[in-house]
Amino acid sequence: MENEPNLQERRKAYWRANLRILAILMSIWFVVSFGCGILFVEPLNQIKLGGFKFGFWMAQQGSIYVFVALIFVYVRLMNRLDREFNFEDYE
Amino acid sequence: MDVKTWTYIVVGLSFALYIGIAIWSRATSTKEFYVAGGNVSPISNGMATAADWMSAASFISMAGMIAFAGYGGSVFLMGWTGGYVLLALMLAPYMRKYGKFTVPEFIGERFYSKTARVVAVICLIIVSITYVIGQMKGVGVAFSRFLETDYNTGLYVGMGIVFFYAVLGGMKGITYTQIAQYVVLIFAYTVPAVFISLKLTGNPIPQLGLGGSTADGTPLLQKLDQVIQDLGFNEYTTSKDGSTLNMFVYTLTLMIGTAGLPHVIIRFFTVPKVSDARLSAGWALIFIAILYTTAPAVAAMARLNLTETVQTGPVGQAASNLEYDKRPEWFKNWEKTGLLKFEDKNGDGRIQYYNDAGESFKQQGWNGNELVTVDKDIIVLANPEIANLPGWVIALVVAGGLAAALSTAAGLLLAISSAISHDLLKGIMRPDISEKQELTASRFAMVCAIAVAGYFGLNPPDFAAGTVAIAFGLAASSIFPVLMMGIFSKKMNRQGAVAGMVAGMSVTLLYVFQHKGILFIPGTSFLGSMDANWFLGITPNAFGAVGALVNFAVAFAVSKTADEAPQGVQDLVESIRIPSKD
Repeated sequence: MENEPNLQERRKAYWRANLRILAILMSIWFVVSFGCGILFVEPLNQIKLGGFKFGFWMAQQGSIYVFVALIFVYVRLMNRLDREFNFEDYE
Repeated sequence: MDVKTWTYIVVGLSFALYIGIAIWSRATSTKEFYVAGGNVSPISNGMATAADWMSAASFISMAGMIAFAGYGGSVFLMGWTGGYVLLALMLAPYMRKYGKFTVPEFIGERFYSKTARVVAVICLIIVSITYVIGQMKGVGVAFSRFLETDYNTGLYVGMGIVFFYAVLGGMKGITYTQIAQYVVLIFAYTVPAVFISLKLTGNPIPQLGLGGSTADGTPLLQKLDQVIQDLGFNEYTTSKDGSTLNMFVYTLTLMIGTAGLPHVIIRFFTVPKVSDARLSAGWALIFIAILYTTAPAVAAMARLNLTETVQTGPVGQAASNLEYDKRPEWFKNWEKTGLLKFEDKNGDGRIQYYNDAGESFKQQGWNGNELVTVDKDIIVLANPEIANLPGWVIALVVAGGLAAALSTAAGLLLAISSAISHDLLKGIMRPDISEKQELTASRFAMVCAIAVAGYFGLNPPDFAAGTVAIAFGLAASSIFPVLMMGIFSKKMNRQGAVAGMVAGMSVTLLYVFQHKGILFIPGTSFLGSMDANWFLGITPNAFGAVGALVNFAVAFAVSKTADEAPQGVQDLVESIRIPSKD
């Protein structure tokens, strides 16, 4: 494996795919916290979610739930990517 | 049984449990001492990380800060959880693949420089020591208030417990104790919250209760907004913490500071595989989110309870204000501690708690806010008493607060001792020592770290409150950027990394010191801590993100003046980017 000619290529492609996943997930991370929770909190507060103003809810509850979901989506996507590129980590 | 007896029983049992775990999990090798042998399961590590991360500040202070800041308190909620996304996606898997013992070790090898390693050790020690002082203080306070011992005795007992399991078991002992501590602290936090939510809104889940309705049908938050606005305070759900820019930068600082805290990062060295490191960060955030989504509910409900206890009816009618002689039992208990203080300014024997910045309450015979002290820390600690919960729940909260403080202290002490024994001693001063000698040295370093933390706990420096700014500011401005560049920029060289760390750290320290005093000595703050002098209105606590920006900019500029990282180092970076061995 060490001398596989296209190992370099495989590593590069894997890293590019990884960066793409990061870019997408980090954009969501930014939008739910800094976007919904801070920058656009006032317009979003016009929307009601049960007894909550939506912007307030995003800042104190919603963003945290999305953070948890983001990490688990990341875990799934990366495990799939590892398999696809045959870079799985055996103990 | 009275509360004190309950407290002795519950705290005693929890301590017996921690000691039992310590004896069962003795470390016999440096690998066990530094990274618990590297075979902790992702869920266990997630739980230990949660306990490690959630300190006395999260457990005791955070809900109180949110209760009085309202929407502005969101910076802590988003900042201290959003950092885990950064950690999971951008640091944890790569640090695990690197697979050694400490953060400075990675920085030293990645930037092929002992200077970088030493600078990293210095940052790590400043960050961890400032952080640990607060924990020791929390332990002393919890003991002295609830077990009616004096502060020093409480501190000695706390130090003794940490000494026992951290010195004996190292990371292995700490990990398994932290799991037990997580269970204690989360139970202690959620039980009173469930009772209170049930009582106020009829919904047992506090996260839903926060959006629920009170007995008269008005939504809880709407009622809270109304009640406190009538008393001249800002609306709860919209009141900001400084400008929007300040909230933005503050949140960012807390996020990247969280991701850059060495005692949190080293927890990800303890799992067997790269994929476990990713998963483990997810579990850690779940366990943290249970507390962090409960906290805003506790905050809003406590603020409403407190306000309505004092202001029992519409503002303006004399009979609506609680008579001081009829104040409830918990009120009296907390007055004894000095954390709650009443002054009858208008001499009517009733309590007026309101925002006296405006003049508008003058005509109804109010002569200034009479609850002159309402310490934020009483919100969580007094919660069970305010809600009239049984004695064992109050005892549980004490054990929970102690668990939160002890688990974080132990994690920090391990980060400090491993930086000294592994990075300074083995890595730089005496590379030839045997593993057995290193293990002894690491235990000795742990003892010294406990002694230093204890000393600061006994003689708390005046600057305790300001140190959080330093800890997060430095982690954000020095450690986080250098790790990011180490992983994501293959060519970043040692000149850039060292210059970046030094620049980021200096800018942040300078900003904090010029507004809060040099080394927090009063009177030396040559710019004064006032809005007008703040750079773009950014508070010193929030400045770490700006420091991080300076770090990145300086690092890239300086790195262009020298050769790029050597091939061997670039190969190292390539190998940590993929999970498998080849």
